[in-house]
Amino acid sequence: MTDSRLRHLTSVRDLDRAAALRILDTAEAFLEVTRRPVRKVPTLRGKTIINAFFEASTRTRTSFELAGKRLGADVVNIGGSASSTSKGETLRDTVATLDAMHADVIVVRHSASGAADYIKGRTRAAIVNGGDGMHEHPTQALLDAFTIRRHVGRLEGLTVAICGDIQHSRVARSNALLLPLLGAKVRLAGPQTLLPHDAAALGAETFTRLEPALEGADVVMMLRIQQERLGSALLPTLREYARTFGLNRARLGLAKPNAIVMHPGPMNRGVEINDDVADGERSVITAQVESGVAVRMAVLYLCATEPGQPIGSE
Amino acid sequence: MRELIDSEGVSRGLRRVAGQIVERQRGAEGLVLIGVRRGGEPLAREIARWVRELEGHDVPVGSVDITLYRDDAATALPNPRIGPSQVPCALEGKRVVLVDDVVFTGRTIRAAIDALMDYGRPERIELAALVDRGGRELPIQPDYVVLRTEVGPRDRIDVVERPGGMVALICPAGSPSTPPKP
Repeated sequence: MTDSRLRHLTSVRDLDRAAALRILDTAEAFLEVTRRPVRKVPTLRGKTIINAFFEASTRTRTSFELAGKRLGADVVNIGGSASSTSKGETLRDTVATLDAMHADVIVVRHSASGAADYIKGRTRAAIVNGGDGMHEHPTQALLDAFTIRRHVGRLEGLTVAICGDIQHSRVARSNALLLPLLGAKVRLAGPQTLLPHDAAALGAETFTRLEPALEGADVVMMLRIQQERLGSALLPTLREYARTFGLNRARLGLAKPNAIVMHPGPMNRGVEINDDVADGERSVITAQVESGVAVRMAVLYLCATEPGQPIGSE
Repeated sequence: MRELIDSEGVSRGLRRVAGQIVERQRGAEGLVLIGVRRGGEPLAREIARWVRELEGHDVPVGSVDITLYRDDAATALPNPRIGPSQVPCALEGKRVVLVDDVVFTGRTIRAAIDALMDYGRPERIELAALVDRGGRELPIQPDYVVLRTEVGPRDRIDVVERPGGMVALICPAGSPSTPPKP
């Protein structure tokens, strides 16, 4: 990548340090826009953004939709049970259809890992990954980095503990790639069965108990325990999980005195996180949501203003 | 490169503009000065200093970044850097004077006016500039100008801070730029 330009964002691996910082800096300007009396700028007037969400999502879809609308673009949402996918259309044909409608940016969420990369190059549109299977969720990692930078003041030299179901979490994976790029150290903590075998390849320190991972951390990021995994061999009971891996005020005491608490949502209160920390003064969970719109505005803006590539050039 | 206005001329000119601004509405009631980033920012502060000298009280000074409002925003510059806008107060019912260093095509000012409107509905918007170089592409005219001049369409006018104060330089087409300090 040259000049830290951004054409697609399917993985944190698309970014070098300069490109990541550029997104965060651009998002600062957009955060100001979202706090004005008129929360909208005309920058992407006449551009079309399609949110293709083939997997259920409220938070991320709403965030991308607001981001596109606040940039003045036309935003269309497709997906869910009413889409042609449910009538048997292949992803490839769906993308060809969207391309023929002259989409400038396609935001894709899909249950299959690698779906966003598969689409890239099959359309003239810029592709933004809104979460693909157990692979990546780059805009979530960027909004987390943005939130940390705003609340702690920097990323350089910080220790970030990411705790819970690491194995199935694209949020954890994207953060484990992005935060070290920006100078932070990442710890991954979870039950042995929910830690990926390639955790070492991500360059992160891993822990099979919560307490040592929290010790001296500047940031504590709790992940949602995916209820659909319950009852399998991976996780015996919710109650046991909450007892050993749930974040409560006492455990948070192991982290730095001014450590912040994050959660990508949706939260399972009383499971991975207790009310006293979720609603506590160190929680930045709602700030993450506000950051999300600003960061997605930055990503959409940067991707949509790069000149397009002919199909097949990627 | 030659000097179009020396630091003495800039200083005198801005004092005159401050006087005219106060004169037009018989005072500085409801006045807000907004510099167009980044060239207009130091000029707006300087005008505010003269207004304080004349009227004896402070007027709010802010800045507006027009990147997101450019008429070529979606196509022109790849990944331009967006600066922060700082509007110091609600603009509802205020008398806003936009300040820019050089007025040329008028497109920047059009964008700045649109940006201001998103902060409320000012009672009126006026325009002050250090240099009006002609070459307008939109029906926009400054209300207050330090110097009107005609220069070649490809020549550039840079306003830069020098140890003795601000100066305006005229640079022939193709010469390296002397950007204002951030």
